Amino acid sequence: MRVNFTVNGRPQEADDVWEGESLLYVLRERLGLPGSKNACEQGECGSCTVRLDGVPVCSCLVAAGQVEGREVVTVEGLADHARQRSCSTGSCGTQGTSLDEARGWQAKGTDSRTGEGAGLSPVQQAFIDAGAVQCGFCTPGLLVASDELLERNPNPTDADIREALSGNLCRCTGYEKIMDAVRLAAARQSEGV
Amino acid sequence: MDFLRPASWEEALAAKAEHPTAVPIAGGTDVMVEINFDHRRPEYLLDLNRVGDLYEWEVGEESVRLGASVPYAQIMEHLRAELPGLALASHTVASPQIRNRGGVGGNLGTASPAGDAHPALLAAGAEVEAESAARGTRRIPIDAFYTGVKRNALAPDELIRAVHVKKADGPQQYSKVGTRNAMVIAVCAFGLALHPRTRTVRTGIGSAAPTPVRAKAAEEFLNAALEEGGFWDNGKIVTPSVAKQFADLCAAACNPIDDVRGTASYRRHAVGVMARRTLTWTWESYRGTRRTTEGAA
Amino acid sequence: MPANGAPTKITQGSRTRGGIGESTLRPDGTLKVTGEFAYSSDMWHEDMLWGQILRSTVAHAEIVSIDTSEALALPGVYAVMTYDDLPTEVRNYGLEIQDTPVLAHGKVRHHGEPVAIVAADHPETARRAAAKIRVEYRELPVITDEASATAPDAILVHENRDDHHVGHVPHPNVVHRQPIVRGDVAKARERADVIVEGEYTFGMQDQAFLGPESGLAVPEEDGGVHLYIATQWLHSDLRQMAPVLGLPPEKVRMTLAGVGGAFGGREDLSMQIHACLLALRTGKPVKIVYNRFESFFGHVHRHPAKLYYEHGATRDGKLTHLKCRIVLDGGAYASASPAVVGNASSLSVGPYVVDDVDIEAIALYTNNPPCGAMRGFGAVQACFAYEAQMDKLAKELGMDPVEFRRLNAMEQGTLLPTGQRVDSPAPVAELLRRVKAMPMPPERQWESSEGADVRQLPGGLSNTTHGEGVVRGVGYAVGIKNVGFSEGFDDYSTARVRMEVIAGEPVATVHTAMAEVGQGGVTVHAQIARTELGVAQVTIHPADTQVGSAGSTSASRQTYVTGGAVKNACELVREKVLEIGRRRFGSHHPAWATAELLLEGGKVVTDGGEVLADLVDVLGDEAVEVEEEWRHRPTEPFDLRTGQGNGHVQYSFAAHRAVVEVDTELGLVKVVELACAQDVGKALNPLSVIGQIQGGTTQGLGVAVMEEIIVDPKTAKVRNPSFTDYLIPTILDTPTIPVDVLELADDHAPYGLRGIGEAPTLSSTPAVLAAIRNATGLELNRTPVRPEHLTGTA
Repeated sequence: MRVNFTVNGRPQEADDVWEGESLLYVLRERLGLPGSKNACEQGECGSCTVRLDGVPVCSCLVAAGQVEGREVVTVEGLADHARQRSCSTGSCGTQGTSLDEARGWQAKGTDSRTGEGAGLSPVQQAFIDAGAVQCGFCTPGLLVASDELLERNPNPTDADIREALSGNLCRCTGYEKIMDAVRLAAARQSEGV
Repeated sequence: MDFLRPASWEEALAAKAEHPTAVPIAGGTDVMVEINFDHRRPEYLLDLNRVGDLYEWEVGEESVRLGASVPYAQIMEHLRAELPGLALASHTVASPQIRNRGGVGGNLGTASPAGDAHPALLAAGAEVEAESAARGTRRIPIDAFYTGVKRNALAPDELIRAVHVKKADGPQQYSKVGTRNAMVIAVCAFGLALHPRTRTVRTGIGSAAPTPVRAKAAEEFLNAALEEGGFWDNGKIVTPSVAKQFADLCAAACNPIDDVRGTASYRRHAVGVMARRTLTWTWESYRGTRRTTEGAA
Repeated sequence: MPANGAPTKITQGSRTRGGIGESTLRPDGTLKVTGEFAYSSDMWHEDMLWGQILRSTVAHAEIVSIDTSEALALPGVYAVMTYDDLPTEVRNYGLEIQDTPVLAHGKVRHHGEPVAIVAADHPETARRAAAKIRVEYRELPVITDEASATAPDAILVHENRDDHHVGHVPHPNVVHRQPIVRGDVAKARERADVIVEGEYTFGMQDQAFLGPESGLAVPEEDGGVHLYIATQWLHSDLRQMAPVLGLPPEKVRMTLAGVGGAFGGREDLSMQIHACLLALRTGKPVKIVYNRFESFFGHVHRHPAKLYYEHGATRDGKLTHLKCRIVLDGGAYASASPAVVGNASSLSVGPYVVDDVDIEAIALYTNNPPCGAMRGFGAVQACFAYEAQMDKLAKELGMDPVEFRRLNAMEQGTLLPTGQRVDSPAPVAELLRRVKAMPMPPERQWESSEGADVRQLPGGLSNTTHGEGVVRGVGYAVGIKNVGFSEGFDDYSTARVRMEVIAGEPVATVHTAMAEVGQGGVTVHAQIARTELGVAQVTIHPADTQVGSAGSTSASRQTYVTGGAVKNACELVREKVLEIGRRRFGSHHPAWATAELLLEGGKVVTDGGEVLADLVDVLGDEAVEVEEEWRHRPTEPFDLRTGQGNGHVQYSFAAHRAVVEVDTELGLVKVVELACAQDVGKALNPLSVIGQIQGGTTQGLGVAVMEEIIVDPKTAKVRNPSFTDYLIPTILDTPTIPVDVLELADDHAPYGLRGIGEAPTLSSTPAVLAAIRNATGLELNRTPVRPEHLTGTA
């Protein structure tokens, strides 16, 4: 079957989709957007969290056919999403991740100083700064969930953060640095940094 | 596999009539797991996401007509006053992401004894609105809905459109035991609703019998004990011996199994503890309301 | 240049920003937060096929027949392979003992063993094809525990063993046995005023890394194959793969793809050979990605264990002796079992002084899932038991449990039961003192003006208590873990470091085969290069097999060993750069010949701080490159009868204090705080160090209260292979984890550092158990502890 929907502000079309495929599979294997992760495929880890019409969901549990005509935001579009939200005038331009940028894999050296800048959303930057990223496999889902939390509740208590992120498993960090990162993003947001 | 995408309720009924083996999919939180893990390969998937009616609810005089696909997150947020037990149950469902997608229709359709909504529906009192293209609408009392392990009273050509849940006329509570403090399937669960208007108490037990069940003997005992002691009028604290007997009868209403999530013996024990605690919480709340009402009068 | 293993003198200062000791940020951080970091399951290739593995549905059976014809006939299927299709006579692999068939040969020995593999154009086609393979099994009785394994008439899990352990084991179903005997236990026992016995059970834990086993094998024009893979040790994989593939090692190229956590679960091969076989067979790239269900069958787990302990102590609180027996269930294949036995036995005494010991550890062959490496590696199980014993002894003696431990704590200079002397700081008593001195979390934090906040209570969001039945408990534990590979293993690493001028700036490139699995090795390598070479910019080359082995990312060893190799290579590069400088500019300034010279801030400076030249000018067009192996001090095997020997290279210590609140009626636990104090020698990156300690602590918490793979004792089948029923802690289960980091240098290690990754996983579990015992008064001799154990309803 064919599925048309919008991902990170760009219309996308996927062809020859098997009816049992999940939104997660279509994003990762057909649209070259592997940022959403395939850790459990049973809605028990949150690594595949995306926004579906604004609402955080596990993309592994959304049948591809169910997203016809709907809007999806993935971690690849999170920085733009955050930018748009902060643009009160609505005049800020946006660019999704292009297929060519995201598809395929290339072994390239990692520059040691890329921990800064690069047009990240506040919550993305906070995760780096707070040391909330280790293996990073849970990170995309946590970022989407954290970003949505801060959109809804700019000054969450610790218990609020824990509740909002209770659907996102992390095996590396023990969550302490993730708590730090969300607190940091909230603080920076309220300072208007 | 075929993917059917009805745009309206009528189209959905027609599709289900034509393909009775079609598996309805709404939140996907049960069906997609089975597909992803290769446990199920339905011939047809019947997508209900485009049927807008299913996402609506109406608050009536006596009950709330809750669309089958209203996500748990919405129930938690908007129906806390009318359906407190179900709202509490909704809060225990899986994770925030799942609560954003899943609804009561899925719990009823799957009819797993571990479904979180069942004890709350049983305790509050509810009717399932099912419909088929051939025979139209019927309402199935919740007590008659669960017919076996993962089996329910639906006919193959029927779909669940809504649940009519009695509006709370008194305090309600819901507790669930899991071996994790979030995102966990019930080892067992308990729902309790006080119905001061009829001076009755209703219960619901999850995951401790082949189907969700009410602890009817416990209800009858407690109804009688409360009546006898004039508790509904005098607002006294329920005596510990009454609470204990109620708890014991709730535990006795279980018919659990040993499995990887817990032992049968633990389930019986835990249901008893939850019964006692939720009775205490609801009764305290009832007494508090009475005092407030009397104070205002 | 320093000899291998000898202490290296730190000559480089800290004037270069981003060097060691700073909390520099991860070089892969941006890629990881934008979703661009390419994990092994993200690999994608034009025209690629999907591989699928058919696994056994029974634990122990003879294979009567396999019929692949229907599967092969399915449109979209490119290949189906069984044992008979393997290209060479080498058809087994294994870390130490090559006992694991690439595909089952005539027999399956555990539930989920690979039997056949399929390549198809879509994962669903591959799944359907695998389902069409007809395998007829003739079931055999299952061996599931010590009694069934060592019965005189027991079926042998492996017939015709010819490995190097078979000569000294008491039964062919015992993989390896390591006794340690020292002193005179019988005599020491007479001195004991109290004797405490215990029998302990440790459940089977899963690494539960989030990134599933996966990779992409691409056939190459020369007949070889290139595998992009998530692993802990590229060269170990390569060594096991090449003979099975029938290729010379140079035709098997390996590049590390992004690794979504490991924790020991990627030390063994999973889908590596299968993907390569299918790629070579079909001539097309083949991707294999396990789902979570398969992942539970696709890697080894932590050994479940039975531990029998007897300790004695004098009335004034001194330990007299230890008798213990540790039985580890290795499952169907050996994996790392022999080394786990070595660790369990040699560390079974814990960080305590006990002169008279009689210790035995064994690992069994059974039909249970294979077990091998997981964070803590044998030391975890022992720590759970000896710490329970310490509490029992303290109680028996009427002493404070922390004081009792401090009284018996080992220190630098202590002689271990193996006869090895601890020759670097061992601040066991100090760690206990520190962790006890941390402020206690306030009581009843769940109380608020609006009633109880269930999120902070046992049961959490499930709304099981508003404070009823909730009792607080506090518990302590401390542990000892070895660092690096032990028992005489040639544990080396290799680093290639290059320095050149790029775009007018001196740049260092560090190339190692180290598997970055999330621990932050790449961050530390850049820091070391900055410190040693005085450059700002360091490029970390992707890890691959184009450079020598880095050894495994396990045993808390990578910062020590590959960090040591990078440091060593940088020092050699520095010498060469200075040589060039002397050649070019030596005549300009006498200090070139007389002063000690450093590279700092992109310049050559004297130790007095005088700038002699810019590195840009020194290097000019020249590139300086060094590739060199580096080794830590050698170790020796343990004697097979007495267990004596200098088996370990370094030890690592952590202590925990757990504060829990237990709903004593429902048996539900909320861990309120897990404070940790750990000696790290030298924190090369404090932020990463704390992250490791908190992460390790949380894995210990998991196996204390929820994590266990449940195997049916009647069928040896796994009953909970999913994240629905194998539970790991969520953020609502995990408490605050305050960390007190102690830095006492180990003079034998680079920068004085100490491997840190595993120690916190050891003491976390027994600390939580001790706290639950404290709250409930129950004995609790098994972990994980489940609600039924706390409510008498097991």
